[in-house]
Amino acid sequence: MGVDQQPLGDNIITTSLDGLVNWARKSSIWPMTFGLACCAIEMMATGASHHDLDRFGIIFRASPRQSDCIIIAGTVTKKMLPVIKTVYEQMPEPKWVVAMGACACSGGIFDTYSVVQGIDEALPVDVYIPGCPPRPEALLFGLMKLQDKIMKERNSFGSSIGLGERLEPAA
Amino acid sequence: MTNMAENNRAVIGLKGKFASSLLEIKEFRGEVTVTVKKEDIIAICKYLKEELGYNMLTDVTAVDYYGKTPRFMLVYNLYSIPAKDRIRIKAPVDESDTSIASATCLWNSANFLEREVFDLFGINFTGHPDLRRILMADDWVGHPLRKDYPLQGPGREPYKGRLS
Repeated sequence: MGVDQQPLGDNIITTSLDGLVNWARKSSIWPMTFGLACCAIEMMATGASHHDLDRFGIIFRASPRQSDCIIIAGTVTKKMLPVIKTVYEQMPEPKWVVAMGACACSGGIFDTYSVVQGIDEALPVDVYIPGCPPRPEALLFGLMKLQDKIMKERNSFGSSIGLGERLEPAA
Repeated sequence: MTNMAENNRAVIGLKGKFASSLLEIKEFRGEVTVTVKKEDIIAICKYLKEELGYNMLTDVTAVDYYGKTPRFMLVYNLYSIPAKDRIRIKAPVDESDTSIASATCLWNSANFLEREVFDLFGINFTGHPDLRRILMADDWVGHPLRKDYPLQGPGREPYKGRLS
């Protein structure tokens, strides 16, 4: 770092504005309360006291207007897809999508006429979590991967005050 | 035809009143199934409900015997709450005329059950008060439970098994 930390003491840190914004965002991911199938049960277990998503600042919100992440937890049918798209469009930017489980990633075992073969056909997915359903540890790991991804974003501060676009890491 | 079907009270009653409408009477593991002509389905159901007390329609469904004529077989599962016995009525419906009279005039439960059969098999129930899709989206094309409907949906390469 270009700043000499020594004369500032222990109560002051120096960082970039992007780093500050990214740290705030990754420490308070508020996912949409939205479950579709058996993965939703595992998602609830992850949110409950034993695994406790709250310690990551992850608090489920009951409104898309207050959410910045949507966990697609379960099988997406073609009939449900317009609903998910509407919910996603109602979420304010910046927003992230987690595909939880085999069905949300690829359609899973439901290779049939009524099931969307992966939510990435409709939404930009940030993290794919395999498993049928994934255990809470897997979901936690996926959300930590999302946190890592958020920390790598560039121009987070500038884009939020109207200067240019937010740049997401390539991989 | 076995003894049990002969002694069934519904079979005895139907033989007396609708002998010319009965196509087949079958008993399998204690379940009696009577196949009837589709033109007489309402008259027969009305008789079973009002005279013999089969006051509950537990299910209406259909079977697609693709490649055979008649192609579809409508299946009505009836239950008599006072007598605690069941009977299954079947009626063949051909592809050339997929219409059959609706049983909503007898049992209100036929409303949703027949909508499901219409949605998935494309059977047209004449006299149904609200015949529209119930499971698939409103703008869906085709009837998915028909055997000639592609499993993975139209416009997709069919699954050909594991390649490795």
